Amino acid sequence: MSSFTEEQIYRYSRHIILPEVGGKGQKKLLESRVLLLGAGGLGSPAAMYLAATGIGNLGIIDFDVVDMSNLQRQILHGVEDIGRSKAESAKDTIKSINPDINVTLYKERLSSENIYRILKDYDIIVDGCDNFPTRYLVNDACILTGKTNVHGSIFRFDGQVTIFKPKDGPCYRCLYPEPPPAGLVPSCQEAGVLGVLPGIIGTLQAVEVIKLILGIGKPLIGKLLLYNALDAEFRQLRLRRDVHCPVCGDNPTIKELIDYEEFCGIARH
Amino acid sequence: MAVKVRIPSPLQKLTKNQSEVSANGKNIKELFSDLEKQYPGLRDRIYDESGSLRRFINVYINEEDIRFLKGEESEVKDGDDVSIIPAIAGGVS
Repeated sequence: MSSFTEEQIYRYSRHIILPEVGGKGQKKLLESRVLLLGAGGLGSPAAMYLAATGIGNLGIIDFDVVDMSNLQRQILHGVEDIGRSKAESAKDTIKSINPDINVTLYKERLSSENIYRILKDYDIIVDGCDNFPTRYLVNDACILTGKTNVHGSIFRFDGQVTIFKPKDGPCYRCLYPEPPPAGLVPSCQEAGVLGVLPGIIGTLQAVEVIKLILGIGKPLIGKLLLYNALDAEFRQLRLRRDVHCPVCGDNPTIKELIDYEEFCGIARH
Repeated sequence: MAVKVRIPSPLQKLTKNQSEVSANGKNIKELFSDLEKQYPGLRDRIYDESGSLRRFINVYINEEDIRFLKGEESEVKDGDDVSIIPAIAGGVS
């Protein structure tokens, strides 16, 4: 406890009195390094709660700028941020909640060229990205570098949360070996999404991150949590590691990252 | 034998916007044939051209993925809960 400042003891007092966290746990949180993929719908509540929690080092990757139509769900940003970089706007919000947090920004599009450089400084990845090629890129890079990925996705009124922890459980490719062909699965942009939904799913991702860091409870490894807002229902399905998985199976065939433009079926040659 | 099948939102257009439908059959294959009779067009969304289940769609009986049971031959019984779960990517956009 001696390394806490007076202010920190007061700020985190509701954590410190929880036996499951305590001074030791709060110290772990302050020393942890978490990377948020996207400062959008899922990244907003995740970033704000992780900052408030006292995750000492938060990385944010987002190359996009804030648009009016984002404000229906992306609570990191406000009207005055329209036209600004989402990463910069996210940093301001995080700092206003908790100036203790070291924030590192990556205003770039995640690709096979930069992903290893960005992931290497983090213990846990929070995946809230919005397209299949990036999901597969992130999955493969996390498996190949042994990083834990807290995965969240949303569609209309449905949300999914799980943790892909290399060796301890399945990965995204165990679930869905290949991405859907273009056009068969509509995106949120085409299909819409309830504004509050990412609030719930991104917050659940933040809870799972904290559980992983503290080593408490039963993390969603090997379990897919499904939420449907219309039915007000949560369900869990069991996920298993596929021994034939092309990236984390017993005889993997994917040993390096697949360039996601080719992956998309948009041939460059 | 009536089994409850949960239809994911992208396919609900084909089931008259119902998120849960009832179907008959001893196993998943029979269940999906019955569903196709009730809701024509559903089969093409679940199976690919070669007649295999699409790889971005998983089917669960209660909590278990049928790939780790007996695939489409996995038996279902009265009161079972079958879910069709497609990959969804949404997050930021």
